[in-house]
Amino acid sequence: MASKKQIEEVFFKWLSASFTYGLVALLLFIIYEIFLKGIPALSWQMLTDVPQGGFYFGKEGGILNAIVGSFYLAVGASSLAFCISLPMALFLNIVLVKYKSVQNTFRFILDLLWGIPPIVYGAFGFAIMISIGLQTSLLAGIITVTFLISPIMIRSMDEVIRNIPPGLLEAGYSLGATRFEVSFKIFFKQALPGIVTAFLLGFGKGIGDTASVLFTAGFTDYVPESLMEPAATLPLAIFFQLSSPIPEVKARAYAAAVVLIVIILFVSILSRVIAHRFSKNIIK
Amino acid sequence: MTNTKNTLVSSELINDLIQEEKPPVIEVKGLNVYHAKNHILKNIHLKIPEKQITVFLGPSGCGKTTLLKSLNRLTDLHSKMQIEGSISLRGQEILTKGNDIASLRRKMGLLSQRPFPLPMSIAENVAFGLRIQGVKNKTEIAHKVEFHLKQVALWGEVKDRLRTPASSLSIGQQQRLCLARGLAVNPEVILADEPTSALDPISSRKIEEQFLELKKDYTIILVTHIFRQAKRLADNAVFMYFGEVIEQGNPVALFQNPQTDILKDYLNVG
Repeated sequence: MASKKQIEEVFFKWLSASFTYGLVALLLFIIYEIFLKGIPALSWQMLTDVPQGGFYFGKEGGILNAIVGSFYLAVGASSLAFCISLPMALFLNIVLVKYKSVQNTFRFILDLLWGIPPIVYGAFGFAIMISIGLQTSLLAGIITVTFLISPIMIRSMDEVIRNIPPGLLEAGYSLGATRFEVSFKIFFKQALPGIVTAFLLGFGKGIGDTASVLFTAGFTDYVPESLMEPAATLPLAIFFQLSSPIPEVKARAYAAAVVLIVIILFVSILSRVIAHRFSKNIIK
Repeated sequence: MTNTKNTLVSSELINDLIQEEKPPVIEVKGLNVYHAKNHILKNIHLKIPEKQITVFLGPSGCGKTTLLKSLNRLTDLHSKMQIEGSISLRGQEILTKGNDIASLRRKMGLLSQRPFPLPMSIAENVAFGLRIQGVKNKTEIAHKVEFHLKQVALWGEVKDRLRTPASSLSIGQQQRLCLARGLAVNPEVILADEPTSALDPISSRKIEEQFLELKKDYTIILVTHIFRQAKRLADNAVFMYFGEVIEQGNPVALFQNPQTDILKDYLNVG
């Protein structure tokens, strides 16, 4: 007869395995469904053309406006967020190393900001736009998405940097390094794979978000040619097409979702490859 | 035989007397360190003589490491740590805020319990300190990398793989690399915090041998809880217990003829 401990072991193994495999299966099923519905509607024209007259009634045209718009928006916002996040994550862990309660307060605030729904950022961005007289534009979208993804990037980088052993900080200081040198010449290198991952996490969130860009970047059938023009985004393109009663347009929504998933997949793989490449010097 | 021994002891005593004449490299006066409400170091007075190995000996948790880290103000990195008193390096006060702490720390290389190589190649680890001092000449850097790796007897083992990550070395090699890295910035003092505690006996012996060699040019402060290591290396011993310096002085006298019961007990166990 099996003892209580053996039953416990089997139960635990079964429980954890079933949830893990179940979740992966569900995820694969979602992707499979989207690809199943989206691939037939996907065409070369869809990727290389902007919407023509009658596009939203199932006629010719494509979603190039949204692909390019999303790309501009996500690259712009994640680059801007990176410039804010890296110094802040280093500041939290190196300058504030002695002030644990201040560190914790900052982390708490950032976690709160992380939890605020994107539509609230959208409304906030919209309010700021009105107050400074900025119209619905790529720039307004970039600024709003920067606000949205900065807390995510800062906290992800922060988690990587705070796990660096304090001995490395002491080693750097003992060699006569300043805080700046310790930050950018030692900690940055040690945390680089994690920093790359944090950047791409922010990028993925930025390119996939709908609510924050609804009022701020707006939507247009054209590829934006300046920061002051409105920009279309893939999630909104999906949203608008999916709301249509026409089956051809609905199918195109799935095709747009396929494009978005492929972009995110590509970015994730890229982040793994880059992170791996930078990890050879890491001290474990 | 007895005569030789006596002569040895007396020559050491004479040495001691001569050393007394020289001004100490580091002088600690009335040092008190508090962490939150705990009084970790209690009224420490110390003189660290030049080009000798001073050993801080005592059981774990007696404040040896805190004392060592106070010397180059690494205590700054800990929250709720308060320091009072005076520590001077060749007459220059270390504890005064606003002093150029980076250049003070450069004069005191640190060797920690576990080696922490920098996240870069073997050669770059040694070159790091030189680069941040503004040395740009590649031949000069290559020269110094070789010199300091030879100084710690690591050159032969790594000369064919200088560009590989420092993390690929064994832990004993990493510790010697950290020593070379510290020596490259040309410190006056080497602070060693139980540097052999993570190492195997052979690697430990190598580090000890290097210390005996290095004391010709450097002042070394070694923290250890191993009595035999202290006996092998010390020119000057400081016995600590619960944040206080119990006894200090010539190790031969100290270990052969302890004045306090605490040290007697410690020596009997160790």
